[in-house]
Amino acid sequence: MPPTTRHLLGLEGTSREQLITVLDLAREFRAVSQRRIKKVPTLRGITVVLFFVEPSTRTRLSFEVAAKRLSADTLSFTASHSSLKKGETLLDTAQNLMAMRPDIIVIRHSAPGAPHLLSRHVEAAIVNAGDGAHEHPTQGLLDMFTMREHKGELDGLVVAVVGDILHSRVARSNIHGLTTMGARVRVAGPRTMLPPMLERLGVTCHDRIEPAIEGADVVMMLRIQKERMGSELFPSEREYSRVFGLDARKLELAKPDAIVMHPGPMNRGVEITPDVADSGRSVILEQVENGVAVRMAVLYLTSAHLIEGNGMETTPGAGVGP
Amino acid sequence: MAEIRLVERRKLLDADGVEAKVFELAEQIAAHASKNPVGLVGIQTGGVHLARRILERLEAMGLEKPHQGVLDITLYRDDIFLGLQQPLVRRTDIPFEVSGTDVILVDDVLYTGRTVRAALDALVDFGRPRAIKLAVLVDRGLREYPIQADWKGMTVDTIASETVQVELTEMDAATDRVVVYERDD
Repeated sequence: MPPTTRHLLGLEGTSREQLITVLDLAREFRAVSQRRIKKVPTLRGITVVLFFVEPSTRTRLSFEVAAKRLSADTLSFTASHSSLKKGETLLDTAQNLMAMRPDIIVIRHSAPGAPHLLSRHVEAAIVNAGDGAHEHPTQGLLDMFTMREHKGELDGLVVAVVGDILHSRVARSNIHGLTTMGARVRVAGPRTMLPPMLERLGVTCHDRIEPAIEGADVVMMLRIQKERMGSELFPSEREYSRVFGLDARKLELAKPDAIVMHPGPMNRGVEITPDVADSGRSVILEQVENGVAVRMAVLYLTSAHLIEGNGMETTPGAGVGP
Repeated sequence: MAEIRLVERRKLLDADGVEAKVFELAEQIAAHASKNPVGLVGIQTGGVHLARRILERLEAMGLEKPHQGVLDITLYRDDIFLGLQQPLVRRTDIPFEVSGTDVILVDDVLYTGRTVRAALDALVDFGRPRAIKLAVLVDRGLREYPIQADWKGMTVDTIASETVQVELTEMDAATDRVVVYERDD
C-alpha cells in the first residue's frame, strides 16, 4: 500500500506506517527551510486553497509558507470577507471554490466534521486544519515530530497533556497519533473538562496535574480559552493557574530532561508561567518551525495521491535509475 | 503497479572490473582537483556509494580529501508522482560552500539525463558553483536530454527494455558487479 493519502481528515484511524512516512518526510522538508533558497519546485502548478472559516493566523500562515516552499500557488479565503457571512452554505461556497480548480483545500471550520463533509462532495484533496473540538491533525503531527526530534522513538514515551481536554482538538489528534505510535498518554484537567469515557482511547485520566506529569518525558500544556472563564466549567483564572498551571516547581516532578510543549497562543501566567515558557526545556518555538515542515510533508503526500490517481503512465525505469 | 520481473542478460563488470573503473575515475578527478578546488556530490542512492568509493581511492592516493556531499533529486524530478509508488525523499546534505567550487556530480548510471537535469537544478539552489562536472560509472546511452558525462567508467549500448544495475556490497549485494537485466514481459 502506498503511504500516500487522498485526504488528511484526522489522525484517528491513521496507521503507524502512514504516521512514520509523514514524520520521516518532514525531517527532509525541514532541511529545505534551512537552506539559503528555501524553496523547491516540487508542487509547481498545484493550487492550494486556504479555506479558513474560523479565525486563525498561525495555522494559516504555516500552511501558506509550507505551500510556497513547495512552489504551489495559494489562495486565501477567510470567513470575515466571505459570502458565508451572507448566508451561503458551506457546500455552495466549496462548489464555487472548485471553479478555481484547486488541487488541495485546507479547511479550518468551527463545525466538527466539516472537512469530512467537504471530502465527500468536492474533487480536491482535503486537509483538515482544525474542525471544532474534533481534530487538528497537522498540529498532532508537528507535536509528534518535535517529540521524536528530542526523544527519538515515540514508543514507550510518557506524554502528559494538561488542560481543557474536552474542547481541545489538539489533545484529540495527539491522543490518536501518540497511542498509535505506542506512547503512553496521560491527560489531566478539571473534571468538567475531561470528556467521559476518555480511557477508551487508551489514555489515563487525572483530575490533578501532579500524577500526570510525574516521570513524564513530555509535558504538553493546552491553552485555556479565557472566554470559558467564570462559566460553570471552572471558577477563576487564579484558581486554575494554582491547580493546573505549570510552574518550575511542578515541572520538577517530570523527568529531568522532560520537554515542555504548548500549541499556542499561550496565556502566560495562566496555564504556564513565563519562566517555564522561556526556559531551556521549552520547545514551543521549535513546534512552530516544525509545523511548516510537517505541513510540507502533508501537502506533498496528498498531492502525490492526487496525481497518482489520474492514471497517468510513465515508462518504468525511465528517468531515474532502475 | 504490477510487479516487473527482471531477467539477468549479461554481466558488464565483476568486482575487479568495478575497482579498476573506480580507480580510473579517481585518477581523472585527481588530475582535475590539482587545478581547482572540487566538491564531490553523490546522487542518491547509487551515486552516493560510488562517490564514497572514489573518495577512498583519492585518499589512498595520498590526496587531500575533497569536500563531499549527497544530493537527493526527488523534489526536483519532472516525473514526480507519475506512477511513483513511494514518493520517498532521501537526505540532501551539502556541507560545503558550493559557490566558487567545481562540483563533481557522481552517479552510477547515466541514462535519459533527467536525473542529472534535476540534480543541476537542485545544486544551483545551494549556490553558484564555478563549474559542474559529471562522473558516472556506466553510460548506457538512450539520452532524452542534451547531457553528457565529463568522466565515465564505461559506455555500453542498451535498449529501453533493459535495466543497468550497479550492485555494490554496501547496497547489500554479495559482490560488486554491473549487470544488464531485461524486463520479462
